[in-house]
Amino acid sequence: MQPALAISQLNKTYEGNFQALKGISLEVHPGDFFALLGPNGAGKSTTIGIICSLVLKTSGKVSIFGCDIDTDFSQAKQHVGVVPQEFNFNQFEKPIDILINQAGYFGIPREIAFERAEKYLRQLGLWEKSHVPSRTLSGGMKRRLMIARALIHEPRLLVLDEPTAGVDIELRRSMWEFLREINARGTTIILTTHYLEEAESLCRNVAIIDHGKIIQNTSIRQLLQQLNKELFVLDTREQLDECPSIEGYPITLIDNHSLEVEVEKSQSINELFDALSQVGIHVLSMRNKANRLEELFFDLVEKNLSGEENDQS
Amino acid sequence: MTNLEKWIAFKTIVRREIQRFLRIWPQTLLPPVITIVLYFVIFGTLIGSRIGEMSGLPYIQFVAPGLIMMSVITNSYSNVVSSFFGSKFQRNIEELLVSPTPNWIILLGFVVGGMCRGLGVGLIVTVLSLYFADFNIHSLPITIGIVLMTSLMFSLAGLINAVFARNFDDISIIPTFVLTPLTYLGGVFYSIELLGDFWSKVSMINPVLYMVNAFRYGIAGISDIPAYWAFAMVGLFSVLLFFTALHLLEKGSRLRS
Repeated sequence: MQPALAISQLNKTYEGNFQALKGISLEVHPGDFFALLGPNGAGKSTTIGIICSLVLKTSGKVSIFGCDIDTDFSQAKQHVGVVPQEFNFNQFEKPIDILINQAGYFGIPREIAFERAEKYLRQLGLWEKSHVPSRTLSGGMKRRLMIARALIHEPRLLVLDEPTAGVDIELRRSMWEFLREINARGTTIILTTHYLEEAESLCRNVAIIDHGKIIQNTSIRQLLQQLNKELFVLDTREQLDECPSIEGYPITLIDNHSLEVEVEKSQSINELFDALSQVGIHVLSMRNKANRLEELFFDLVEKNLSGEENDQS
Repeated sequence: MTNLEKWIAFKTIVRREIQRFLRIWPQTLLPPVITIVLYFVIFGTLIGSRIGEMSGLPYIQFVAPGLIMMSVITNSYSNVVSSFFGSKFQRNIEELLVSPTPNWIILLGFVVGGMCRGLGVGLIVTVLSLYFADFNIHSLPITIGIVLMTSLMFSLAGLINAVFARNFDDISIIPTFVLTPLTYLGGVFYSIELLGDFWSKVSMINPVLYMVNAFRYGIAGISDIPAYWAFAMVGLFSVLLFFTALHLLEKGSRLRS
């Protein structure tokens, strides 16, 4: 089976000799929900720009469902829908016109375009606003409009560059649901996001890019298995005047009713609870201190950074 | 993309362009009409009656073809330059760049959109000019042929300007410092017979002179320059501008990073 996306030795050097991508290679399988993560300026948007031909690559190969973006650009473009980071539609046009025009650029007849536009605008809760100038839409609505526009030609690969940036939690959850649905219907999705919780919740596979290089490319599950330790916050029934000491579990007192405990992968949480009970502390609830993927992400990026510094020295 | 899909993409761009200038008609259609009516009133009726005849025609009949052509030139150019640059500025040009629409279809779509506005305004001005001047059409094929080609040429030039433009100043420099002087010195208001030998020859390098004279020949049957020269020149420039614009789009100049 052809990969949904195959990138090989992709390089991009911008004017001024800034090397944004340093020979990255990547494969995304059909039907996958794939996260492309990385800090600001890592090369995520450049990669997406090249996939949807808004950025010219310096060298390397990119193919979408087997169609090379250089030699078979028309077919390759038919397969991709893109939701960019910035709003890039005509703010004076109405959502319905934006969608119908976009369909037209893909050669879709007007009647079919109208049916699809109505379908996607309804699915994304925008139908009521379909005939108002798009500049009057809220930020969240504008983001959903761009998702509808990207889907109007029913692409097999949907690329979303931080689609939920600046969107409130409730709306973000409903967008996640929508994306899960279209992924379940067979659309391959590549997502970049700063909300690592989003990647952990939605995606099956992940690549982490930093300084133009892929530093990790694996499944989310395997990536999380790399975590050696986790930080838990425990809420206690008893008021704590001083930090308890339990052998093998570094503990910090946060306030009179909360503790922060570092638990290694090989350690048992039951043993921790037992030990706490023995010193008269009962745990009412517990939670991860930070998102697990977030911890790992910072760890990997930090390691890459120190590696680069060593290379330079 | 199949030919039918290309045709749909082309129609979509043209329709969107027409909708754009109709939506903002107080900015796109009204000002040129008011400007041209003022020209007719001032140069045709008030001053023209004192000037008398020019090249054997009442002055108002002499300036009318030039004024119509002037509105076609400026509107064809300004429609494409402002629409294409506006798309770049708002980044909605990316809607087209991510689509499989070939560059030559994008080019033709914008150019035909510009021609629709240029010819539309030209038509409105022609109808209005009938209120001020009587004229018969001397040669319909020459009149229509030269106005179509002129509109095409300036639409192409507008697109090239928009591709290079980085800010709104860049899209007003050419119309202000190049297009307006060329038009005013392009025989709209006078015959080059009035100029001395030297300035007559200098005028011959102004392409607008050829277009205005060919159009005047088509309407009134008089011209300072043979009409076939105008067709040859506008045709040659149009071909050169078309391939330059296409090359810029293919290269992605100032469109793709």
